[in-house]
Parts: sequence; C-alpha cells; structure tokens
Amino acid sequence: MSRSGIFVGLYFIAYLLVQVMLFKQVVLFNTAFCLLYVTFILLLPIETNALILMGIAFLLGFSVDVFYDSLGLHAMSLVVMAYLRNYWLATITPQGGYDAGKGPTLAANGLQWFMVYSLPLVFIHHFVLFFTEAGGFSIFWFTMLKVITSLIFTMTVIVFLQYFSFDRRR
Amino acid sequence: MQRLLNFFYEYRAFFTFLLLELFCGWLLVKNNQYQSTLFFNTSNRLAANILGFSQSTQEYFALRQVNQDLSQENAQLRTQVERQNQNLGNHQVKYDSLLRYDFASAKVINNSVSQFKNYITINRGTDMGIQPGMAAISLLGAVGKVRAVSEHFAVLISILNIDEQISSVLKRTGNFGTTQWDGTDPRLVNLLYIPRHVQPVVGDTVVTSGYNAVFPQGILIGIVKEVKLKEEALFYDIRVVLAQDFRRLSFVKIVKSEIRPELDSLEKTTIPIEK
Repeated sequence: MSRSGIFVGLYFIAYLLVQVMLFKQVVLFNTAFCLLYVTFILLLPIETNALILMGIAFLLGFSVDVFYDSLGLHAMSLVVMAYLRNYWLATITPQGGYDAGKGPTLAANGLQWFMVYSLPLVFIHHFVLFFTEAGGFSIFWFTMLKVITSLIFTMTVIVFLQYFSFDRRR
Repeated sequence: MQRLLNFFYEYRAFFTFLLLELFCGWLLVKNNQYQSTLFFNTSNRLAANILGFSQSTQEYFALRQVNQDLSQENAQLRTQVERQNQNLGNHQVKYDSLLRYDFASAKVINNSVSQFKNYITINRGTDMGIQPGMAAISLLGAVGKVRAVSEHFAVLISILNIDEQISSVLKRTGNFGTTQWDGTDPRLVNLLYIPRHVQPVVGDTVVTSGYNAVFPQGILIGIVKEVKLKEEALFYDIRVVLAQDFRRLSFVKIVKSEIRPELDSLEKTTIPIEK
C-alpha cells in the first residue's frame, strides 16, 4: 500500500506541474484548453473508495485553482467527475467484470471501452467547469464551443498518452 | 436516531459530495468578491515561483518583441522629457499635479487571455508599496486593477475579465460609458451605456474617465471599431479594439494614486448627506 501510495503522490505532483507549467500556456484557437489533470482521477484503481476519490479530486482541483487564480472552480468540476466516476464504472462493467489488479486503462480494456468510459466523464467535467466560469448560460454557444473544442483537445492528449504509457506492455 | 445515522452512512458518498460542492461554491463566491485578500492565488510565493520559472523559459521566444516595445517606450520618454524641459522655462509646473500619481514598474510572470476571468501576476508586491485597488497600465494603455498582494508578488484583474468594469469616456464627444469584456475575443471589449443622441464614429478614442481615481484620467483603452444601434435600444453597441494586446504583455506600471484616500474619504462624508 505504501509503495503504491508514494506512486500516487508522485503522479499527483507530476500531473499538477505539467498542467500549470505546460498546458496552462497551450490554448488552441483561443478556445481549446487541455485539462490533462483529469486523467489522474480517471486512472486511479477501480476499487478506490468513493470518499477517498472525492477527497483526492478536491485536493487536485484546489491545487490547480491556486495556479489559475480561480479558487473553487476546478475543484468543483473535478469533484463532480470523481463522484460520478465509480457509478459510471459500475454501469459499464464488461461481461465477466474487470480484471483484478488492473486499472481502468486503455491497455487493460481496449480503446472502445476506454472511450465509453472517459468521454462522458471528461465532458461533464468540462461542461461544469466552463459554464460555472462563465457564470451561467448567458453566453451559451461560445461556452459550448469551448467545452467541445477542449473536450477534443483533452481526449486526444489522454488517448495519445495512453498508447505511450507503461501499462501498454503486458 | 440509529436509523438516521444508518441513512447518513448509507449515502455517505452523496453527502460528502454535497459537502465538498458546497465548500467549492462558497470558495467561488468568496473569490468573486471584489478585491478580497486571499492567500490561495498566484501571489503566493510557491505558486508564483513555479509560474515564474515557466514564464522565464518562454520569455526567450518573445525577446525581440519586448526589446522593440522597450526601445519605443524609451524614445517616447525622451521626447517627453525634452518637451517638459522646454516647457519648464515658459510655465510654472503645478507641483500638486506632479504629486498625484507615482509609478512602479513590474514584470508580468503569469498572464492568460482565454479564460472568462483572466488574471495577471506580476513580480512586485507590498515591498514596493503596492496595495489592492491600484491601477495597472502599460505603455500602450490600461491593463487592470490590483486585486491581491503578497510580499513580493501581486495579482491583477485584467480588463479581460467578465466581472471587470472600467469607467471610460469617448474622448471626442466627452460622453461617459463603461468598458466591459464579453468573454469572447481577447482583442475586443465593449463600450456600454453610450446613449442614442451621441454620434460615435469608427476610429474614436476611448480613454479612462478619471472618476473614482483608480486610473489616472485619459489613459488610453482602445479605438472604436464598430458602432451599432438597434431599433428601440437605449444605448449603442460599441466594439472597441484594445490598445494593449494582452496576448503579449510583458511589463506593466502600477499607478499609486496619492489622492485616492483623500478622495474616498471626502466622498464618504458627502455622499450620505446628499441622500
């Protein structure tokens, strides 16, 4: 437990730093953001307790908020995603259940399953994030454009990284 | 009682979720309140240093542009000094107008233009006498207001923030309005509340009004790009091109207004009497 705990901690810091030092500066067409840090919550082990999951999500979101000067915003949307994650995982359990000891990764479950798993969760995260930031639905279509373009950007980077991660070898 | 506890235990995930969301919502609302002094933002030393490191690696790519801007400013300042030297012989300079504003130069270490609420972090803080509420300008035009300050860093609210409003004036006609960003294009802002009877034209200059004494009077905001008047609308829809391109902002000046406390206290004593 302690060994994996240290790894989780290191990943936490790595995702945070990559997000605020690299991807904070990368905004395509002024609308597409890459919010890569959601991957950290997506890839935590399947059997992670919902309370711990939300606690970690809050901590990560809060840390990101400090760098974005948007206290509460990223934390709020990431907690929503973390809350829905386990229910969604239970809903889309493949026949025969998940392999024991394997994370909810592309390598363990295939591309199709991974897209079904991550796309709605990342969409919800982005939706909550951008509409909360805009302060309601007054600029609906522009905000929706931000949600969709950011979703495409984030998902591309997530899937790309999945193909190059260590879990691939098995 | 037992059943109540069981109920809470059974839905503990949902209640934790609710609790965390309420806390986040509270943080959001508190953070939106104007000029609150907070610790958890980029003026905090650790965050500012990390962002400063990230910014310093990017700076090399912008050096050419920064050099050009600075040499332009240099030339402009030289002509100003020369002009003032010539004027000194002819006129008596009003001493009190010199005392009104003081400037502190600062480097931008963090800036964004594509969120709805953009902030700018600079590398000067209370050690240089910067306080919340002061104005920030650049060579080209108005930039924003100081929001939070730590010892060595400060966070500014950029004009590109949907909550930020700046009292401004159409220079040619002298009509007052409010400049506010709509959250879409980082080059354009809206000038609101210019009434029907005024005739603004494309190319008019929009400057700060000098009301409320945050910004000095007459700081350039931008140039009118588009004027529309809908039927039955009370005010014009005016789009203004910002004088300062926020996507390449590298240095700002913080305006320390010496008269602001005096003005504030004077208004505080007079305004209730009027009511």
